[in-house]
Amino acid sequence: MTAVAAAPARTETGALRALLPQLAPFLGILVVAMILPFVSNDYWALIGTRAAIYWVLVSGLNLVVGFAGHLAIGYVALLTLGAYTTSVLVAGNVLPAVPVFAALPVAGCVGAVFGVVVGLPALRLRTFYFAMSTLGFATIVTQIALAWQSVTGGGIGISGPEFPAPFNTAWGYYYLCVGFAAICTWMSANVAHSRFGRALIAVRDAEVAAEATGISKPRMLIAIFLFAGALAAIAGGLFASLQTYITPDAFTFDLSILFFIAILIGGRGSILGPMLGTIILTILPEIAAPLAAWSTFLYAVLLLVIVLVMPGGIAALLDFRNRRPLAANRAIVPRPTALASAMRANAGGRTLSLRGIALSFGNVRAIDGLDLDVAPGRIHGLIGPNGSGKTTTLNVISGYYAAKAGTMKLGDKALPPGMPALRASSGIARTFQTPRVIGEASVLQNVMIGGTIEGEATFVEALLALPRNRRDERRLGAKARALLGVVGLELLADVRADRLQHSELRFIEIARALMLEPDFLLLDEPAAGLSNDEIERLAALIRAISARGTGVLLVEHHADLIFEICDQVTVLNLGRILAAGTPAEIRVHKEVVSAYLGG
Amino acid sequence: MLASILASGLAAGAIYALVGVTYNTMFSTSRVMSFTAGQLAMLGGVFGSMFTLKLGLPIVAGLALTLLGCAIIGVITEFVAVRPVLKNLDQHLYVLSTLALALMIQQVTAIKWGTEPQPFPRLIGWGSGVFDEKFWLPVAACVLTIAGLEYLYRRTLVGRAFLAIAEDNFAARALGLPERNLRVASYALAGVIGGVAGFSGGELLLAFFANGALLNFYGFVPVALGGLGNNRGAIIGGLALGLFQQAANFLVGGIFSSVAVFTLFIIVLLAAPQGLFGSSTARRV
Repeated sequence: MTAVAAAPARTETGALRALLPQLAPFLGILVVAMILPFVSNDYWALIGTRAAIYWVLVSGLNLVVGFAGHLAIGYVALLTLGAYTTSVLVAGNVLPAVPVFAALPVAGCVGAVFGVVVGLPALRLRTFYFAMSTLGFATIVTQIALAWQSVTGGGIGISGPEFPAPFNTAWGYYYLCVGFAAICTWMSANVAHSRFGRALIAVRDAEVAAEATGISKPRMLIAIFLFAGALAAIAGGLFASLQTYITPDAFTFDLSILFFIAILIGGRGSILGPMLGTIILTILPEIAAPLAAWSTFLYAVLLLVIVLVMPGGIAALLDFRNRRPLAANRAIVPRPTALASAMRANAGGRTLSLRGIALSFGNVRAIDGLDLDVAPGRIHGLIGPNGSGKTTTLNVISGYYAAKAGTMKLGDKALPPGMPALRASSGIARTFQTPRVIGEASVLQNVMIGGTIEGEATFVEALLALPRNRRDERRLGAKARALLGVVGLELLADVRADRLQHSELRFIEIARALMLEPDFLLLDEPAAGLSNDEIERLAALIRAISARGTGVLLVEHHADLIFEICDQVTVLNLGRILAAGTPAEIRVHKEVVSAYLGG
Repeated sequence: MLASILASGLAAGAIYALVGVTYNTMFSTSRVMSFTAGQLAMLGGVFGSMFTLKLGLPIVAGLALTLLGCAIIGVITEFVAVRPVLKNLDQHLYVLSTLALALMIQQVTAIKWGTEPQPFPRLIGWGSGVFDEKFWLPVAACVLTIAGLEYLYRRTLVGRAFLAIAEDNFAARALGLPERNLRVASYALAGVIGGVAGFSGGELLLAFFANGALLNFYGFVPVALGGLGNNRGAIIGGLALGLFQQAANFLVGGIFSSVAVFTLFIIVLLAAPQGLFGSSTARRV
C-alpha cells in the first residue's frame, strides 16, 4: 500500500516541475504580445489582432486536425458563418439589434451546431473524402452569403459589429483579442492534456485499440466539433469587427488554407507548434510586401516541404527531450509482486463461456462450432497451426466480428455480438498480435488510455480544468505509473512510444489492458519477438495477473510457455476443436502431436 | 426547358465524368487520390485559350500542345507529390502533398493568367441552340475517351499492364512489370484526360483559374458515387450529377443547386461510403 500512498505526492511536485518548461514558451509569447503596443505602431496592432483572431479559430481546429487527425480544410466556412451571424445580430436587420457581447455567444452556439453538421461525415469518412466534404461546405457558404441579399447584403456586404469602449481603439481591440486567444489556448490545452485529448489521438493512430479500451469515437468527435465550431464562429465575429465591413470576398479559401497549414507546420498533437505556425503565417506576407500576392503559393510550398521533409513540423524540432539517446541493451524486468498495490483483487465469479460459435469469411469457415470457457483466476491457452482461428476467436470475443451462430455469455448475461467499444465496460481487455500503440504519444500516455472509461469528468469539466478532471488525471497518472512499474517500463514513461523496441511495446499493451483492472484479459501472442529471458518473466507476470482473479485467454505459438502456465488448453485446427484438456493431457494427445507439436 | 436541361446537364456531366476518370486513372496505379485532377481540367481550358487565342496557333496544334502541357503537369504530380509519399500510404500524406501542388498550380495560374475568366475560341462552328458545339463537344470527347481507354485496356499490352498493377501491385511487380514507369505513364495519361476535359469544355467553362477547385469537387462526386477506381461508375455518376445539377439549376436557382449537390453528396457517402458501385471494406483487425 505504501506505493499508492506515496505516488500522488510525488506526481504533484513532479507535475509542477514538468509543467514549467512546457508553460514557459506560452508565457513568453504572452509577454511579447503584451509589450507589442509599447514598441510599435497601429499597423502592427492590425497584424497582431489578426494573428490573435486566427489563433482563436486555429486553437479549436487544432483539436480536429492535429489531435483527431481529420483533414478539415474548409474551416473558413465557419468563420464566415460567425462573422455574418454577429454582424447581422448587431446590425439588427433581421431581428431587433443586440449588443455585440450578446451576439458573440449566439454566434458561438450557431457555429457549434454547424461545426457538428460539417464534422458528422467524419464519423464514417476519412482523409480525402472528409477533406472534400469540408471543401464543398466552404464553397456553399460563400455562395449563400452572396445570394441571400436580404440578410447578408449580398455582394455589397454588411458592416461589422462595433465594440464599445475601451475596445474601440486599435490597441484596445488588440488586447481584447489577445485575451480571447489566451483563454482559447488555455481551454484547448486543457482538453489536449485530459483523457479526451489522449482519446482523440488514440482514435487517430490506433483506432482498433481505442475501441477495445471502450473509447466512443462519435461522442469524442462530436464534443470537439462543437468546441471547434464555436471557437471558429467567435473568431468570425471578432474578424468582422476588425474588417469593419464584410463581403463574401473577405472570406477567400486562402484563409482556410492558412488555418490548415498553420497546424501542419506546427506539428500534429502539439499546441505550441500550431500557435507559432499561425503567427509566422500571419506575419510572413507582411514583412515581405512584394510576396503578398504569392502568399498562398508560399503556404503551399511550405506545406509540401513540411510533408516531404519534416512531417513532425515545428513541434518535432522543439522536442528536445526525445532526442536524448535511450540506453541500449535495455532489459525488461517486470515486478509481478507490485501488482498487488496497483490492481485490486478480483472477486470474480463470472465465467466467460462460448457455445457453438461459428463464423465464415466467404467460403472459408474460420471458426466452426467452438466451445470455450475462461474461468476467473485461470489461464486458458488457445493453440493451433496458423489459420486455425485463434485470433479470429479473440476478435469474436472482443466484438470486432459478429459470430454467425452460437452464444457468448459472461456469467449469466449474454455478451452482445459485435460492438467492440462496449467490451471494456464488461471488464474484457485485450492485446494485439501486432502491438497497436500510439507512436507519437509517450509511454505513460499510452498506458493511461487504457483507463479512459474510468474518468468521471465530463468534456466541459475537462475544458475548464475543474477539480474532478484534475482528480481523474492524478488518479489515472498514478495508476499508469504503478502499472508501468509492474511491467518494468517505469524508466521509459516519458519517452515517445515509437522509439521503443518491439518487445517493450508488447509490455505497454499489457499495462494498458491492466488499467481496466479487467475480469478477463485476452493476450494475442504476447511472447512473439521476445527473448527467452523475457518470455520467462512474461510467464511470471501472467501468473501474477491470474492470481489477482483475472481470467486469462492466451493465444500463443510457444508451446513451452503454454504448457508451463496454463490451467486449461484448447487446440484448434481449421476452426474446429482438435482437443481440449489440461496441459498434461494435451501434451500426449496423439492428433495434437502429429498435427501441431511435431515429434 | 427540358431540352436545355438535357443539353447543359449532359455537357457538364460529361466534363465531371472526365475529371472523375482522371482521378481514377491516377488512383489505379498508385492508390492515391490527387487534388490535381480538377486543376488539370482547368489547365486544359487555360492552355487551350493561351495557345489558340493568345499565341494564334491553329486549333489542332493548340490541342496537341495543351494535351502535352497537361501530360507534363501529370508527370510532375507523380514526381513531386506522389512518389515521395508512397512509402507510407497509410498515413495519407498524399492528401496534403497533392493539395499543396494543386494550390501552387492554381496560384501560378491566377497570377500569370489572371483572375478573370477569359474567352475560349470556337473550335468547329457546328450547331446552334441546344445543339451548340459547346454542349455536344464535351459529350463527344467523353465518348471518344471511353472508347480510347477501352481499346487501351483491352487490346494493348501497356493497357493490360495498367490493369495488372491496378489489380495487384505486388503480383505485378513480382511478374517483372516496370511498375514505376507504368505509374508515371498513367499520370501522363491522366493529364491528357484532364486536358481533354478542359479543352472540350472550354467554351462552356471558359479559361478561368477558379475552375480547378470547382472541378475538383464536382469531379470527385462521381468518383465517390461510383466507387474508387471504377470508371463505369464515374461516367454514370458524372452524367447523373450533371443532369441533377442542371435540373436543380433551372428549377430552383443556381445557389440551391449547389446546396442540393452537396446534400446529395453527403447523404450518399454516409449511406454508402464505398460508393454505389464500389466494393466492400478491407478487414481491420
